[in-house]
Amino acid sequence: MSRRLNYREAMREAMHEALVADPRVFLMGEDVGMYGGTYAFSKGFFDEFGPERIRDTPLSELGFVGAAIGAALGGMRPIVEVMTVNFSLLALDQIVNTAAAYRHMSGGQFSVPLVIRMTTGAGRQLAAQHSHSLEGWYAHIPGIRVLAPATIEDARGMLAPALADPDPVVIFEHAGLFNMEGELPDDWTVDIRSAKVRRVGTDVAIITHGGSLPKAMQAAEQLAAAGIEAEVVNLRVLRPLDTATITASVAKCHRAVVVDEGWRTGSLAAEVMARIMENVFFELDAPVARVCSEEVPIPYARHLEEAALPQPEKIVAAVKRMLG
Amino acid sequence: MIDHHAAPPPAGPVPWDKDFALRLLADMVRIRRMEEKSAEMYGAGKIRGFLHLYIGEEATAVGALHALSPEDNIVATYREHGHALVRGLDMAAIMAEMYGKREGCAHGRGGSMHLFDRATRLFGGNAIVGGGLPLAVGLGLAAKMQNENRVTACFFGDGAVAEGAFHESLNLAALWKLPVLFCCENNLYGMGTAIERSESQTDLCVKAASYNMPALRADGMDIVAVHKTTQDAVTRARAGQGPMFVEYQTYRFRAHSMFDAELYRQKAEVEEWKTRGPIHTFSARLKAEGKLTEAEFLAMDAAANAEVDAAVAFAEAGTWEPVEDLLREVMTPENAP
Ligand SMILES: Cc1ncc(C[n+]2csc(CCOP(=O)(O)OP(=O)(O)O)c2C)c(N)n1
Ligand SMILES: [Mg+2]
Repeated sequence: MSRRLNYREAMREAMHEALVADPRVFLMGEDVGMYGGTYAFSKGFFDEFGPERIRDTPLSELGFVGAAIGAALGGMRPIVEVMTVNFSLLALDQIVNTAAAYRHMSGGQFSVPLVIRMTTGAGRQLAAQHSHSLEGWYAHIPGIRVLAPATIEDARGMLAPALADPDPVVIFEHAGLFNMEGELPDDWTVDIRSAKVRRVGTDVAIITHGGSLPKAMQAAEQLAAAGIEAEVVNLRVLRPLDTATITASVAKCHRAVVVDEGWRTGSLAAEVMARIMENVFFELDAPVARVCSEEVPIPYARHLEEAALPQPEKIVAAVKRMLG
Repeated sequence: MIDHHAAPPPAGPVPWDKDFALRLLADMVRIRRMEEKSAEMYGAGKIRGFLHLYIGEEATAVGALHALSPEDNIVATYREHGHALVRGLDMAAIMAEMYGKREGCAHGRGGSMHLFDRATRLFGGNAIVGGGLPLAVGLGLAAKMQNENRVTACFFGDGAVAEGAFHESLNLAALWKLPVLFCCENNLYGMGTAIERSESQTDLCVKAASYNMPALRADGMDIVAVHKTTQDAVTRARAGQGPMFVEYQTYRFRAHSMFDAELYRQKAEVEEWKTRGPIHTFSARLKAEGKLTEAEFLAMDAAANAEVDAAVAFAEAGTWEPVEDLLREVMTPENAP
């Protein structure tokens, strides 16, 4: 029986399940314990699992992310929660220079089975130090897997395979999705190697991830009202990208719009466009378009923030421009 | 203030039986000869990249590692050839790694700065100054959470003390009472920057105390002092009394790396420290106590040289990993154990 729950509850359930199933799993981060998690993802865990396994850390992003790498090497299966992607920059050295490179530098002697979760994205008027979408940067780095759960199913189903992965997995949870409700199907297992077509269409492929997925779905509904059938692809896995699903969709629709909350310059969208060009150029009826964030630190004022981000209207407009 | 002038050579009886004393002396000689040969092979173009020699500091790694057990974890820096060797990594595998050969301990993927050995729990070889400290905290955490009787010894230089990672790691380890030894090899310089030019507080033990972490200081040129001090620290950490900071006051006789004109220190200072060289002072003590003969020393040295020659021959005979394998070991293969 499918049931209704929200994104936060789905992720909380996934973590709860992991903590119950495997004594090596523990959760660590700022205010994950007594506070219940910055976004209440771990509410109640502290009382249930105790302070050892639901480990509150000081404000030491570099220190505790590095410690999680060490704990993973020492036989544990840590889940690290970093409050937001902005603060993860303080830990970037450990993620890029240690976790991602460790297996390679050691000639394959050591893998780092670590899961790092963090909030990403804008939309809550939190201004320029709490709103950025830097998952595209992380997707640049060999040696880690990058996930962006965008549906209830993703939120429920991605953690278990991430924990089972012998290598570091970084999970980006878009803040705009936390209260999103939906049906969790009976089979919610997720393959963390593939993208997923969320809406079948024939006229244009809209390729997106994370917080932009609901916006793309809304845009597709508006387009349908105008007689345009959009196919919506949820990338889900940002590294390694599932090129086959992207190109299959583009080959079918002959047009593509990439939607990405990262800034346009050097964006993940640019990478997706390049792959389309490399693989299905001759299938295209029009140049590939993209809808990204404007090139500005995310502003505080609501109207400016909205203007800076991809919106359903911008996606609809891009598709209509393309169809002439 | 740190006294820059070398203290007199260590005195007093060596509290070890002959066997143990000679084993540690031999390890220092092995490191010395391996490092000298590495420098030579660098000059010959066989070893490339950065090469950081441990010459002058041998007593620290040898004394400290012999106070640890096989089940303990070691985290080291890019100046780690000696640590890797003493820990039990084959000299031939080290040399082949520095050559970049497939037969190296990391198949040539790591090089001189990234020696790893799973079998002896050597977790690198880290070329980010301070990068190993958080890792050591995590290894300590894993040991504690799994009730393993394992101490993690993390080696780093005086330069690393200025990094934020030092502060975060000491705080975490002390807060969580983890079995971690922070082993600071204070050779008075981080590249060309003398410690007085980088630290507002040059007494590093005082820094540790501010994290509520006990600290010990040892003369890093005296292998007996290094061993004893480390043993005390290990005993405490193993008993579950939390982390410990150990400062080894030592000195690097050679340049920082192979690209260093040494403009930042006086030749006389180096010469003065050389009078305290850990190998000749220790062997002199052993001889005076009748625990070592010149013939024994020469035999030990010849054995070290033979080991070095064999390591070089192994590295020379090694093969290059085929370029078709370039993308190996980025991610764990699907069917890996
Ligand atoms: C984060 C970082 N900054 C700078 C460097 C360049 N660097 C390499 S070694 C070194 C000096 C480190 O000195 P210390 O910690 O005292 O170790 P020692 O070389 O004396 O053993 C520097 C600045 C680096 N590798 N990593
Ligand atoms: Mg130094």
